[in-house]
Amino acid sequence: MKQNQRTSLKKWLGLVFAGSMMMSGHAYAQFDRASMLADSCVGCHGVDGISSGPAIPSIAGMSEYYFKESMHAYRDGDRPSTIMERIAKGYTDEDIEAMAKYFSNLNYVQIEQKHNKKVANIGAKLHDRFCSKCHEDAGTLPDDDAGFLSGQMKPYLQYSMDDFTSGHRDMERKMKRALDKLDKAYGDDGITALIEYYASGEK
Amino acid sequence: MTQQVTRRNLLKMSAAGMAGTAMFGYQKLAFAASQKVVIVGGGVGGGTTAKYLKKLNPKMDVTIVEKNKQYHTCFMSNEVIAGDRDISTITFDYDGLKSHGIKVVFDEVTDIDTDGKQVKTKGGKSLAYDRCVVAPGVQFDFDSIEGYDAEVAKSIPHAWKAGPQTAELHKQLQNMKDGGIVVIAPPPNPFRCPPGPYERASLIAKYLKENKPNSKVVILDPKPKFSKMGLFEEAWERHYGYKTDNAMIEWYGSDGVVKVDTASKTVTTASGKTVQGDVLNIIPAQKAGNIAFKAGLTDGNWCPIDGKTFASTVKKDVFVVGDSSIASPLPKSGYAANSEAKVCAMGVYASLTGKEMVEPSWVNTCYSIVGKDEAISVAMVYKYENGAIAKVAGSGGLTPGKLNKEMRKREVQYAYSWFNNITADIFS
Repeated sequence: MKQNQRTSLKKWLGLVFAGSMMMSGHAYAQFDRASMLADSCVGCHGVDGISSGPAIPSIAGMSEYYFKESMHAYRDGDRPSTIMERIAKGYTDEDIEAMAKYFSNLNYVQIEQKHNKKVANIGAKLHDRFCSKCHEDAGTLPDDDAGFLSGQMKPYLQYSMDDFTSGHRDMERKMKRALDKLDKAYGDDGITALIEYYASGEK
Repeated sequence: MTQQVTRRNLLKMSAAGMAGTAMFGYQKLAFAASQKVVIVGGGVGGGTTAKYLKKLNPKMDVTIVEKNKQYHTCFMSNEVIAGDRDISTITFDYDGLKSHGIKVVFDEVTDIDTDGKQVKTKGGKSLAYDRCVVAPGVQFDFDSIEGYDAEVAKSIPHAWKAGPQTAELHKQLQNMKDGGIVVIAPPPNPFRCPPGPYERASLIAKYLKENKPNSKVVILDPKPKFSKMGLFEEAWERHYGYKTDNAMIEWYGSDGVVKVDTASKTVTTASGKTVQGDVLNIIPAQKAGNIAFKAGLTDGNWCPIDGKTFASTVKKDVFVVGDSSIASPLPKSGYAANSEAKVCAMGVYASLTGKEMVEPSWVNTCYSIVGKDEAISVAMVYKYENGAIAKVAGSGGLTPGKLNKEMRKREVQYAYSWFNNITADIFS
């Protein structure tokens, strides 16, 4: 009897928690500071953190680590931006932590957008060779602790690559090595192919 | 882990479970009484408040009363005036909001009985409320300009509420001869969309440069300076020969238009200067929407509120959000109204549930397109401090790096994204 009760209780509590996760996936607002902060992000970054574009990136589903790293880099002026440095300077570490948690609980949805299939196919091969070690599943895996690639806004992908290749944005050594190799072998065409691949939303 | 299920433990656990359900939005348990919220005005402030109330509690009874079946956003309407965008792209209906279970009544609110807690409409409806959110936007103070009124505005548009007048102003520019003069008369502070008249001047000049290059825009401004002034003037110098003999934009400050002669299309300024134009765009001084005055919500021309929740400080159980409220240092902008509405929704929710209000936070971001492939922006983060809304020191400011063409180009694409995302946030 006792055993039965315990099992059903566990089940019931499990349902409650599953419910809570569903709720967070659907971005039902909760009456808390994290929602308060996140609400003011989505005016620009899109409903539930999924952007309608054409350029502002989606931020839903991002890993907490990457979100925090990005916001800190914007705040410190270490990552080039048009507006994010000005916005990020308005938040404390605690605020950023809360926002990171909030958006990491939402689902990343890939954008459908125009792309050149032929070039994207070449990009797929280049991705496998140069990028896939760190950006698994075409850069859609939050656990990579990196920004999303496949299905992200194309102009945003282009801006990001421009900032990396022009030296305006810092990158990890292994990324720099991979990009240098890609550049040596394929030049700008290699970057273009990669962007078309990510724009295609293929994995 | 083995835990004995005693009666006490069971109670504890179910209590935890219930707290969990309340937190996660199953409000049945926490909300016994009915919660009727009536929202006056279905613009940025009203629409966003409605949607975010429903997000906080899907069971809440939320009704918007709105005069028009379609809403035209003021943001991006300058692109429609300049012919860069079709008016259909700034036109929104209420189906999206209805899909969240929000009731939308197309009627005009004629009075709010704040004692009897009822909203009265022209169509004869009396809508009872537990909380009322008033979001009527601005109305024009036509008395501020002699010879100008709502009727004259149909042919000499202010186009400061987007819609038919936006299309009319575009049409007049199309019909204007090359070599014509477009007069823009911006309003005195405070008014809706502080950079708006100057973005409008920029985009009209862009249209003229591409289509009628011997024409120009003359701005007759009552103010000595204006929003993003340095950035606008630099852009005007780069694109429109500002401050040269061939300037396509001329700006005259501290001498606003006080009189309009419709027959000769001549305006007179405070100092007595007269300018005859081919197309006139007269934007009068502004104040809170008429219903705010009728309901006794105003102090002077605008509505005082508690910045933490947007509750009226004059009338109980009434909230005022958007352009009608005194929310300074937040500007009267679309993004600010959207941000305020989210705080207001939490304020209404707190007041209905007796919960303590969450510490608020606001953002304003505002883009202005100034020329081909060039936009500028202003941004700010706000917090609640010492009983008032305050800017977060060190945050925000204007687009930096005046010579960075690439960044300005990106800001155009971000401006368009801003538009798509904020309108989805409000209306989808």
